[in-house]
Amino acid sequence: MNNGPLLFLGIFASVATSFWMLLFAPQVQIGRQQASVIELTGERYPAVRSGAASQGAEVYRSLGCVECHSQQVRQTGANFELWLAEPGTNRPVLAATLVRLNLASAVEADKLLEKAPVKLRSALGSIEARMLAAQLTNDDAKAEAVLATLGPDIQRGWGKRLTVTQDYLGDYPVQIGNLRVGPDLANYGARSPGAGVILAHLYAPQKTMPGSMMPPYRFLFTTRRINQGEKPTLPLDVAPGYDVVPSPEAESLAAYLGSLRAETPLPEAPVPAPPTKAAPATNAPAATPAP
Amino acid sequence: MSIPSSTSASTPAEPAKVTGAEIDASCRWPLLLLFATAALWLAGSALFSLLVAIKLHKADILADCPWLTLGRLRPAVNNAFLYGFATPVAMGITLWLLCRLGRVKLAFQWPMLIVCKLWNIGVFVGIWAILAGGSTGFEWLEMPRYASGILFVAFVLFGLCAVGTFSMRRAGELYPSQWFLLGAIFWMAWSYSAANYLLVFEPVRGTFQSVINAWFTGNLINLWLAPVALAAIYYFLPLQIGQPLYSRELAAFAFWTTLFLGSFAGLSSLVGAPVPRWIGSAGTAGYLCLLAPLIANAMNWHLTSKGNCSAWKHDLVLRFLATGAVAYLALGLLNLVLSVSRVSAVTSLTYAVVAKNYLAWYGFVAMVLLGCVYAIVPRLTQVAWPSEKLIRVHFTCSALGAALIVLALLAGGVIQGFNLANPSVAFLDVVRKTIPFIGISTLGILLFLIGQVVFLLHLGQVLRACLQPFAQAICAECCGAPLKAGGKS
Repeated sequence: MNNGPLLFLGIFASVATSFWMLLFAPQVQIGRQQASVIELTGERYPAVRSGAASQGAEVYRSLGCVECHSQQVRQTGANFELWLAEPGTNRPVLAATLVRLNLASAVEADKLLEKAPVKLRSALGSIEARMLAAQLTNDDAKAEAVLATLGPDIQRGWGKRLTVTQDYLGDYPVQIGNLRVGPDLANYGARSPGAGVILAHLYAPQKTMPGSMMPPYRFLFTTRRINQGEKPTLPLDVAPGYDVVPSPEAESLAAYLGSLRAETPLPEAPVPAPPTKAAPATNAPAATPAP
Repeated sequence: MSIPSSTSASTPAEPAKVTGAEIDASCRWPLLLLFATAALWLAGSALFSLLVAIKLHKADILADCPWLTLGRLRPAVNNAFLYGFATPVAMGITLWLLCRLGRVKLAFQWPMLIVCKLWNIGVFVGIWAILAGGSTGFEWLEMPRYASGILFVAFVLFGLCAVGTFSMRRAGELYPSQWFLLGAIFWMAWSYSAANYLLVFEPVRGTFQSVINAWFTGNLINLWLAPVALAAIYYFLPLQIGQPLYSRELAAFAFWTTLFLGSFAGLSSLVGAPVPRWIGSAGTAGYLCLLAPLIANAMNWHLTSKGNCSAWKHDLVLRFLATGAVAYLALGLLNLVLSVSRVSAVTSLTYAVVAKNYLAWYGFVAMVLLGCVYAIVPRLTQVAWPSEKLIRVHFTCSALGAALIVLALLAGGVIQGFNLANPSVAFLDVVRKTIPFIGISTLGILLFLIGQVVFLLHLGQVLRACLQPFAQAICAECCGAPLKAGGKS
C-alpha cells in the first residue's frame, strides 16, 4: 500500500465496478424503455403533455414543489375480490348457491341479488376467487374475480395502482420526491377538482383546505378591481370589488397538476376494474342485430 | 496549541527536510481563504435552514417573496452546506494533510488561490440561480449547468494540485489518511461529473434519473465527505492522543471496503421507489457490508486511544473529532436500519430521511471538519485561538443542536410514517402531528446557528490578528502611516 500507481489502479477499479454495476446495468434494464401503445385503447402511454402542462412542469421544478410532494404511489400487495356482476333470471338457484358457499345468509341472499353488481368477498387468493366465481356463474348470472390493489397510498385515494418506471418516461426532471409534507401527486389529475379549484388552492391553501400546511403562492397571481356584478375569475372570497387573476405561470402549473395521471392499466401494474352496472346495459342493444 | 513536527507514521531519513512550519506557511493563504468563506457559508446555511424550519410550521411567513419560497430555500440551504461549507473545508484539509504527510510544501499556491475564488463564485452563482428558480430539480445537484460547470472546473484544478502535491511527496511510506484522500478526490470528480452529465447535460430517460441521483447523493457523503473526514480522524486522533495508530492493516481493510461498497449504499434511498427492486436491495446490501469498515474503524480508533480515553475532556480538537466519530458510527447503523425494506416502508418519505441527512451533515461531517479547522488554523496563522471558552460554546451549541435536530426529526419521522401507513388518519392530521417535532428541531437549528456565529466571529478574530502585520506593512509602504489597531484588515 505504498505504491502510488497501484493505489490509483485500485481506486480506478472501484470506480469501474461501480460504473458497470450501478450505472450501466440499470441503463440496460430501464434506460432504453420506450413509450408503449396500449392495445386496448390504441393510445400512446405515457401520453405527451400539452404545451401548457409541460410549461407547468417547469414551474413545478422551478418552485421546488418536489421538496414537499412525492410523485410515487406505493402498493404493499394485491389480492382478489369476488363480485357478483349480474344476478341473471334464475335467482332462487343463485341465492341457494350463495347460502351453500357461505357467502350470504338465507335472509340476506335475496337482498344481495337486488344490489348487483355487488362485492361478495374480499381478501381472497387468485385461485380461491376464481373457483368461487365459476361456481356462481350459470346461464345468465355472472360472477367475477376482481383484482384489488392494497396499501395505505391506495386507500388514501392517491392512486389505483403502484407507479412503475413506464409512468415517468415523459418526465424531465423525474421528481419522485423523498418527503411527504404534502400529499402524493402522482395521480393528482385523476382526483383533481378542476383548474379553478387548483388555482384557488395555490392562491390561498388554507381557505380551500382548512389546516393545510402548504405555503400560499400569491406571487403567481395579480389582484385587480372589478365592477359590481362582474364575475370574479376564481372562486375566492377576497375583498369585495376585487378579483384575483392567475398569471400564465399559475395557469400552466394548474394545467400540469391536472395532467398528472398514473392510472392506465399496464401489464406490470394492473388496475382494479370492478364490474359496473352501466356496462351490460349499453352493450345489450349493440349485440342484437337490427331487424 | 503546540505545533507538532511529525506524524505517527515512521519515515526514513530525508535528504532535505522541510519543517512543519514551512509547510504550513506554504498552505496559508489558499487554506485560510477556503476556511473563511466556508465559515460564512456555514453560518448562512444555518440561518436559512432556521427559516426553512419556521416555514415548515408556519407556511405563511415570507410567503410573498418567490425567492424565499420553501421549495427554493431548502435546496439552497442544502447546497450552501454541501458545496459552500463542507466541500471547500474538505479540499483545504485534503491539501494540508497531503502536504504534511508527504513532507512537501504546497507547490501550487497561485492555482489554488484561483480555485478558491472560482469555487466560491460557482457556489454563489449556483445558489443565486436556485433562489431565482433555475434549479435542475435533482437532489443535491440543483445548481444549473453554468454553476456546476464552474464547480467542476474548480474541483478538477484542485484535484490536479492535490495529486501533484501527492506525487512530489518525500515520505516513502504512505499513511492511511493518504489512501482515503486520494480515493475521495477521484470519486468526487468522477461522480460529480458523471451525475451532472447524465442528468443535466445529456439527460437519461425515466426513473433512471432517480437511480443516478441516489447514486450521486450516496457518493457525495460516502465517498467524498466521509473519506476526507476519516482521513482527518486517522491523522489527528493518534497525533492529539500521542500514541501511534493501532493497526495499518485494519485501516487498509476499512479503506478498500469503503471504496468498493460505498457507492452501492447510496441506492438504498430507492427502496420502495418506482425502480427495479434489485436497485434498492443493492443499497441495503451495501449498508450491511459497510458495517465491516465501520467496525474496523471503530476498533482501530478505540485501540489507538486505549488507556487515554479521557483525552477528549481537555483536548477540544479531539472532542470535535470524537463526537464526529461517534456520529459516524451512529450514521452507519441508522442508514442500515432505515434501508431495511420493512423499516423503509414506514420511514421513507418522512422526516426520518431528513434526520439521517442532518446526522451525516451536522453530526458527522461538520463536527470532524470543524475540529480540523480548529487544529489547522493556528498552525497556518501562527496565532492561537483567542478564547478557549468560545470554542467550548461552539462545540456545545453544535453538538447539542445537531443531537436535538436528529432526535426530534427521527422521532417525528417515525410517527409520521406510522400515521401515513394508517389510512384512517387523515393526511392533514399526519402533517399536524409532526409539528411539535419540527418545533424541537427548530430549537436545535437555532442552537447550531448560535454556535456557527460564535465560530465565525472567533475565526474573524484570528484572521484579523494574522492579517494585521501584513496590512500594516502594506499601509506603511503606500501612505507611510501605520494602520490604526482594530481597523479594517
